[in-house]
Amino acid sequence: MADASIAPAAIAGMFDLLSPNPPGWGGNLLRGLLNSLQIALGAFGMGLLIGTVGAYGKLYGGPLVRDIAAIYTTIVRAVPELVLILLLYYAGTDMINRVLEGLGYQRVDISGLVAGIVVLGFVQGAYATEVLRGAIKAIPQGEIEAARAYGMSPVMMMRRITLPAMLPHALPGLANLWLISTKDTALLAVVGFSELTLVTRQAAGTTKAYFLFFIAAGILYLAITLFSNVILAKVEQWARRGMPSVKEAR
Amino acid sequence: MTGALHASVATDPLQSVTAERAEAIHVWNLHKKFGALEVLKGVSLTAKDGDVVAMIGGSGSGKSTFLRCINFLENPTSGVIRINGEDVKMISDGEGGQYPANRRQIERIRSRLGMVFQNFNLWQHMTLIQNVIEVPVHVLGMKRDEAMAIGEQLLERVGLSAKRDVYPAYLSGGQQQRGAIARALAIQPRVMLFDEPTSALDPELVGEVLKVIGDLAKEGRTMLLVTHEMKFAREVASHVMYLHNGIVEEEGPPEELFGSPKSERLKQFIRTVS
Repeated sequence: MADASIAPAAIAGMFDLLSPNPPGWGGNLLRGLLNSLQIALGAFGMGLLIGTVGAYGKLYGGPLVRDIAAIYTTIVRAVPELVLILLLYYAGTDMINRVLEGLGYQRVDISGLVAGIVVLGFVQGAYATEVLRGAIKAIPQGEIEAARAYGMSPVMMMRRITLPAMLPHALPGLANLWLISTKDTALLAVVGFSELTLVTRQAAGTTKAYFLFFIAAGILYLAITLFSNVILAKVEQWARRGMPSVKEAR
Repeated sequence: MTGALHASVATDPLQSVTAERAEAIHVWNLHKKFGALEVLKGVSLTAKDGDVVAMIGGSGSGKSTFLRCINFLENPTSGVIRINGEDVKMISDGEGGQYPANRRQIERIRSRLGMVFQNFNLWQHMTLIQNVIEVPVHVLGMKRDEAMAIGEQLLERVGLSAKRDVYPAYLSGGQQQRGAIARALAIQPRVMLFDEPTSALDPELVGEVLKVIGDLAKEGRTMLLVTHEMKFAREVASHVMYLHNGIVEEEGPPEELFGSPKSERLKQFIRTVS
């Protein structure tokens, strides 16, 4: 479609290379995409969980909890992600196995998927902590006070008032984090996990059709972003249901 | 507790006015310090069912802090608080302050006190009717249908039936405050607490809110009211307390307090605000 200007024979050759059936590489690319998406979703979800705990810790925790949260967010945001991934992936799995051996258990083979989710989720959590902390601070404090005044327990207050009220303030930041998460999966290529970028490199290296495969991967990443934008816009519209449009206030 | 609430749904709200009136709130010798600043220096109050106690005083007199201590939005530094005949147990924090020993007791007490705030504090992500049924359904465990029916009645009462599905941001201040009063009534409160309910309103909207509060007083609701509206306090209150610098300078029935004030400060205060 996009290759209309190229000679017909070459086009046919391209589609053969991208065909989902071997010897085409399309199937591998799609499996890579699926792996990337799994990791991105898992990491983003884990980041949200860590971020919620981190934001609550930073805002309402005692001195010790606040210090731990501050050290976590500072270090994770200070060190390049690639370094963190190498460190956590190799050192992390090694440490787990040493602990297991020390306790008399067998070594385990940690799957690339789980390791990828945990490593990226750990990184995402630090950024999410700050996004959610800012969003919670943006809630009019009177609404929190009203929830207390009517006898809500801390857990119910979080579920019924704080989280839904902070969501509209958090969504632009969280949308950023989600898109970063989809692309950070490419960093896992360095530890040999078969996500989209690594698979693309293999396909390109084998067939020498570098341009074709990297353009194809680029289009797949773009498709994720475009689809995400549609979903995120809907979620934001829903989260802002009680808020007048910004245009009206202009 | 939930059972009792269900049972009382169908009964007359006027039932609280009986010959033998029970004590709803008893506060004795309440002190509150913010750091070195002592905002309350021993304030006491007893309100029986059906009493309407108005608290007046200049800014910084401690009247709002006193109200907020009653449902423990602020922890009193010392003193006794008894609500619904239940003494609130406090433990010392080791730094001269104290906090409630039992969070669940505080939550239970709070869910029987209908607080109305100066700035309304409706939950912005919920429509008006959702605001009204939130506490009955999620804190008191009432069935959703039942809470809806009560909520709709209450919104009708405060004149907001047409606005039931509107979000607070799209309502005027007066409408939001009437909605907040409906939210407070929805928990079938033993006592209503009003913290300067008209202070944040435009002058032309004050009347509609005062009318709703006045109607509640007439039907025998037990209320504690912190207000700057002297004329209104005189009309609806059964007892008025004048606070100055954290102590009760003078108190008594409204005719007495406003008609023949004894303390020089109160005389001056009445002159300046009226």
